[in-house]
Amino acid sequence: MLGRLSFADIPVDVPILVGTFLGVAIIGITVLGLITYYGKWGYLWKEWFTSVDHKRLAIMYVVVGLLALARGFADAIMMRTQLALAYAGNPGYLPPHHYDQIFSAHGTIMIFFMAMVIMTALFNLIVPLQIGARDVAFPFLNNLSFWMTTVAFALINLSLFVGEFSQCGWLAYPPLSETQFSPGVGVDYYIWAVQLSGVGTLLTGVNFFVTIVKMRAPGMTWMKLPVFCWTALCACVLIMVAFPVLTVAVALLGLDRYFGMHFFTNDGGGNQMLYLDLIWAWGHPEVYILIIPAFGVFSEVVPTFSEKPLFGYATMVYATCAIMVLSFLVWVHHFFTMGAGADVNAFFGIMTMVISIPTGVKLFNWMFTMYKGRVEFHATMYWAIGFMITFSIGGMTGVMMAIPAADFVLHNSLFLIAHFHNVIIGGVYFGYVCGMNFWAPKALGFKFNEAWGKRAFWCWFVGFYVAFMPLYVLGFDGMTRRMNHYDNPAWYPWMLVAEVGAVLIFFGIACQLIQIYVSIRDRNLAENVDVTGDPWNARSLEWSTSSPPPPYNFAIIPHIHELDAFMHDKENGIDTRHAGGPYEPIHMPKNTAAGFFIGAFSFVLGFAAIWYIWWLAAIALVGVFATVIARSANHDVDYYIPAEEVARIENEHSRKLMAQAAE
Amino acid sequence: MAHDTTFADAHSEHEHHELPTVFGFWVYLMTDCIIFGSLFAVFAVLHNQFNGGPTGKELFELSGLAMETALLLISSITYGFGMIAAHKGEIKSVMMWLAVTFLLGLGFVFLELKEFAHMIAEGAGPDRSAFLSAFFTLVSTHGLHVSCGLIWIVTLIVQLAGTTAISERMMNKLTMLSLFWHFLDIVWICVFTYVYLASMI
Amino acid sequence: MRTKYLKGVARLAGLASVLPLAGCQLDTLDPKGPVGDQIRHLIVESTVAMLIVVVPTIILVCYFAWKYRASNTEAEYLPKWSHSNKIEVAIWGIPTLIILFLAVITYQTCHSLDPYRPLDEEAQTKPLNVEVVALDWKWLFIYPDEGIATVNQLAIPVNQPVHFVITSDAVMNSFFIPRLGSMIYAMAGMQTQLHLMATEPGDYLGESANYSGRGFSDMKFRTLAMPKDQYDAWVEKVRSSSDQLDGQTYARLAAPSEAEPVKYFSHVEGNLFDTIVAKYNNGMVMDKSTGKMIQVQSAMSDMNMKE
Repeated sequence: MLGRLSFADIPVDVPILVGTFLGVAIIGITVLGLITYYGKWGYLWKEWFTSVDHKRLAIMYVVVGLLALARGFADAIMMRTQLALAYAGNPGYLPPHHYDQIFSAHGTIMIFFMAMVIMTALFNLIVPLQIGARDVAFPFLNNLSFWMTTVAFALINLSLFVGEFSQCGWLAYPPLSETQFSPGVGVDYYIWAVQLSGVGTLLTGVNFFVTIVKMRAPGMTWMKLPVFCWTALCACVLIMVAFPVLTVAVALLGLDRYFGMHFFTNDGGGNQMLYLDLIWAWGHPEVYILIIPAFGVFSEVVPTFSEKPLFGYATMVYATCAIMVLSFLVWVHHFFTMGAGADVNAFFGIMTMVISIPTGVKLFNWMFTMYKGRVEFHATMYWAIGFMITFSIGGMTGVMMAIPAADFVLHNSLFLIAHFHNVIIGGVYFGYVCGMNFWAPKALGFKFNEAWGKRAFWCWFVGFYVAFMPLYVLGFDGMTRRMNHYDNPAWYPWMLVAEVGAVLIFFGIACQLIQIYVSIRDRNLAENVDVTGDPWNARSLEWSTSSPPPPYNFAIIPHIHELDAFMHDKENGIDTRHAGGPYEPIHMPKNTAAGFFIGAFSFVLGFAAIWYIWWLAAIALVGVFATVIARSANHDVDYYIPAEEVARIENEHSRKLMAQAAE
Repeated sequence: MAHDTTFADAHSEHEHHELPTVFGFWVYLMTDCIIFGSLFAVFAVLHNQFNGGPTGKELFELSGLAMETALLLISSITYGFGMIAAHKGEIKSVMMWLAVTFLLGLGFVFLELKEFAHMIAEGAGPDRSAFLSAFFTLVSTHGLHVSCGLIWIVTLIVQLAGTTAISERMMNKLTMLSLFWHFLDIVWICVFTYVYLASMI
Repeated sequence: MRTKYLKGVARLAGLASVLPLAGCQLDTLDPKGPVGDQIRHLIVESTVAMLIVVVPTIILVCYFAWKYRASNTEAEYLPKWSHSNKIEVAIWGIPTLIILFLAVITYQTCHSLDPYRPLDEEAQTKPLNVEVVALDWKWLFIYPDEGIATVNQLAIPVNQPVHFVITSDAVMNSFFIPRLGSMIYAMAGMQTQLHLMATEPGDYLGESANYSGRGFSDMKFRTLAMPKDQYDAWVEKVRSSSDQLDGQTYARLAAPSEAEPVKYFSHVEGNLFDTIVAKYNNGMVMDKSTGKMIQVQSAMSDMNMKE
């Protein structure tokens, strides 16, 4: 009846997990209780869970992303603590079975559910606003993407308390991940979580690609498209090309495990290197999927706070596109050590280095944007400058590892770990936090607290160097990744330093959470409220709407004359909003519960398949199809906002603008 | 349905953009194309890994394949007739052609399953060798797509029943299914030549 | 000179840490063989080349941000300036030149440090052959010419090149001796090759650099580089062991085990290495001299295979 699930799979004998469960349960019950007490279930359901409004989905994505950050970081600091203890005969506090799950979960969660999710949040919040559109091309699919991602995240966390997670690293290399060597449910949790979130990501990619291609405001030609949208577009192309390959790679691994096939097994003619090729044909574009939008964020933030246009817009666009194309020609640099010929290695090594040229150009462009500007040291600029410094170092170590002969001693060492955290934290994470600080007033209507933002930056910045510079040293000293314990006295002090760095980063995250709390608490203070919708005297269209924008974004679709459209309008006295109308009824998509139900059924499908509960899997699969068909038959999918209502909202905003100007 | 008419009208009046639905679906099909491309690549890598088991030459029978191919190709033509009828607004005719397409597609899936059952009964199942794993996965991924197409056809026939005019939304759905169905035809031609014919020569 | 400079780099990398680096010799930057030496040289050379851009970039970022801070109204302000052909040429040109330089040394070192390529020293000195098998979770070393085998201990004579042929009878691992240089994957059914040499006697760490499951952290071996006479004595010591590696012993040895102690086998039955490779290839194995697939006539028909 319950497949291979039994009470023995509940890890009641692991105190850490029982404690975690109690903590999660207490917080969960408290939150649910509060929602019930204040009677907010209906509000949450109608206005949020079923919402197809890209701005609300963005906020929900951020919430999921922050939860993932908390989980992923908890894993990280547990690993660091283990390695600060497990030296010279001391086994530490995490046995390999537990430790191996933690590093596998850390990587999987940070990439798929922290970075990807916050990136999607930024797409959702900004892309339609920046191109002057009222919504994305497929609002319902947007909601569905959110739920697919969210249930996948729920599934991966369920593995904490029911069964186990994969112990095969974040990419589950076979043959270790094959049934012969990993017979448990861990890898199956990994497979289903990755596949479900992959569906969400692929739909997001298609959705935003079509949105940018088809729904730009009149006059917004390609070379007037804001750089963030260019980066989003390139990331979407990469998603559409790379994610199907991930789907295939992980599906074939699943077929090996579920049906005894022989794609990647040792025996039967399987080929484990084929998996490495497929997974990295996705995996390398994936890191560019993450970093390119971060580049986009800096390209918006640096000009705004330097009070100057972006230096070399055209160069920036070409560099972004070049990176997009080149990112498909480098995947073999993840396994130079498999014994391919010298010419193959040389080709992929050199292609990898070539990517650093357009990337370097971007860095110089931001630098020359500050040159002869008026640089305001806003918290977002701290993240941007911190990024430029840190990313230069990360890029350099990346090129070092791109030289195959050097990689022969650095591969899979802690040097590698230091390198990719150098670019993922110093590039992706700094970029996304920068973006969240920059666009918070647009999403929420109030500014984020500056002081706590800067404190968070300093903790992260210093914490990063203290935590990861020792790892570079350890890499040179021959320490490999994924070690559970060691006995080399030369490594021990560096691991202690790294632990201190992890604690500093913990303070950084704490400051960010305090920043969010303080900002919400003080949201009504005059200096925090964003009345005008343009708190930074910024350049692109999203700032021409109110904060938060009305559901329809733009009462009258703006006409674009120049790059930096809103700045152009402000300088030339053009009213981008066309205040006063005349307004027409606006056609809008209706909220729908279909996405939630498809997500919920998919969750059940995944869970049932992991535990071989076939009857339940069948029911869930039928549920998915039935919901899709029901949605297809539903004609009540849209409504009109009457012209009078539009006029009322717009006039209210105009009145606030005038009151502000009069002060 | 009156509601749908207003929907269509509303778009022509107020929207500044054409509906991107069909374009979006086409883009989605391109991502599907990459899935098939990857599976073809996997097949290319593993197609000689027989593990001492049967080869394609020993397993494949041309007669059944010719029948499958014929059914699928004809179904594409019949779907085309359905689209012509749809553009003329002849609902009954559309439903009839969709039904014919459905039966042809069903025949294809039936023949494919029969072939699979036969191979598995002979001990040449997907767990026999890497070659057979790649073969079954590639061919049945196509088969699953066709099966989803069949469910889609039935859904549209049901949704068409009782309507008096073809709404813009329905037209979009018919166009998307048309793209999907022809796409599967093209994939099948690749499967037929690369997997079957190339293995038999 | 170079070592001194390197220590400087390492210290910088350690963020001028409180930790004293003096006396702390990083394994891969203090190599004990020619392969490691060349790689260290390569790392230093490429790092210096990149620092030519990276250091000025970081300094300029900080300098521009400070010089053009909003409160410094003395600084020139060009609110419309966003393009300059001269700067564009420089920012594309300089990185391109450096990458060009790096590409050349990359191509050269890909060939000169190709793990499959025999070392230059092999022209004068006949290499020692060692067959390496990665098992769950220990390393088996077979000395085909001596007819002996060991577990988790690799003895090699100094100044004699070693030709490793590597496979796995379990999951993927990576064979790595940091003090000597390059690593390479060990994969079931496949044979990879590696050429290394030690120039100084010593006891060096050997490890797997690719995570392989539960017992991975203890999948370590000692590499004993010793003068030729001591090496010969070591071979005799192994030969005097009472254990022999036959089919049954191998099956017991191959079963998963963690933190396996050192073992000596005075005799290895038949062509064990080829048999291990061939069992994943329908009994075929690639002949190293011709590159053709040949059928292995297993001398170990009684070998109790796991599959």
